[in-house]
Amino acid sequence: MIVAKRKPLQEIKDMLKPYQKILVLGCGSCVAVCMAGGEKEAGLLTTELQMAFELDKDKKQIDTLTILRQCDREYIDEVKEKLNQYDAILSIACGVGVQFTAEVLGGAKVLLPGLNTTFLGATIEPGTWMERCLACGDCILDETGGICPITMCSKSLMNGPCGGHEKGKCEVDRNRDCGWVLIYERLKKLGKLELLKTIKLPKNYGAVKRPDKIIHEAYQPVTVKEVKDSQK
Amino acid sequence: MEFEPKIMAFCCQFCAYSAADLAGSMRLQYPPNVRIVRLLCTGKVDPLHLLRAFQEGWDGVFVAGCLEGECHFLAGNLHAKQWINYTKKLLKELGIEPERLEMFNMSAAMGTKFADTVKEMTERIKKLGPSPLRRDVKDSH
Ligand code: SF4
Ligand code: SF4
Repeated sequence: MIVAKRKPLQEIKDMLKPYQKILVLGCGSCVAVCMAGGEKEAGLLTTELQMAFELDKDKKQIDTLTILRQCDREYIDEVKEKLNQYDAILSIACGVGVQFTAEVLGGAKVLLPGLNTTFLGATIEPGTWMERCLACGDCILDETGGICPITMCSKSLMNGPCGGHEKGKCEVDRNRDCGWVLIYERLKKLGKLELLKTIKLPKNYGAVKRPDKIIHEAYQPVTVKEVKDSQK
Repeated sequence: MEFEPKIMAFCCQFCAYSAADLAGSMRLQYPPNVRIVRLLCTGKVDPLHLLRAFQEGWDGVFVAGCLEGECHFLAGNLHAKQWINYTKKLLKELGIEPERLEMFNMSAAMGTKFADTVKEMTERIKKLGPSPLRRDVKDSH
């Protein structure tokens, strides 16, 4: 999932200063799981902001609403009318959600980010999330025992470990596991250490054309002629 | 007129709530400033409940659960402690003294401890003065 973290309250308050009628818009998917932008967090942030502005004697109307996803048009469309009633919307979805909600609203509404979107990760234990994938567009997990060197090695080395690891820890940060030692241990467990004997070529970091776009094969545009031909 | 703080107490039914009952049976005297909300376990306490109490103008809030290691749901009171530490940070961010919120642990047999806790919190809040969000707190009792 996409993992994010709430921005400091002061930063959010400064963003909201010029607006009167504000909606805190939660997102019920990724950011709900990482306890940053779901319904519960939206309620909490709304209460905090109401209290903060009351303390500043700044009369603002702050409401809250959470939709299932802010990266899918259908969920935004459902509440469009309501969203349009506000001077500004503080979205606590990931950066995708903030941008896409603004887009669906025709670019005519102020959308502000309440979170800092940080990484793609997993729930390591309740309340702890850790990065696992950098979305490189050319996955090599088959060659590395299912552990990503691009993400888990501080230097994103393709052939590791480097000489800096010590007792399984990384020289960049001694509290961090060396990604390549993890890969070695995993391959040993899998009986696939021979995979380390192949030198891996430099990664093609151009595999993703940023901003990239994917069209599902079944949704490729077709011409009227093509349709007619296929019906012959 | 001396400032009389309004304090809300979230009490676990297995310990602090029974301790409050016991304090009554023992005819212990403690300040009348506290209103009790009974919880099934302090693990149920949510930062939103705690913040809302402050938002509504209560001057202090405390949560009282079982002794550490004796939660009927194993670790509810430890989770509560984590959430309270977090809520203290939120209060600080808002410029409200985090000391207005506290967690206590006691068993059902500790009627005296309950009375002392109310005394301690009442004294503490008196020193801090009214909450910056204090309005006329609506007394639901
Ligand atoms: S908007 Fe972001 S956080 Fe919400 S569902 Fe989509 S990707 Fe996940
Ligand atoms: S190689 Fe690593 S960064 Fe690339 S897609 Fe696979 S897991 Fe993600």
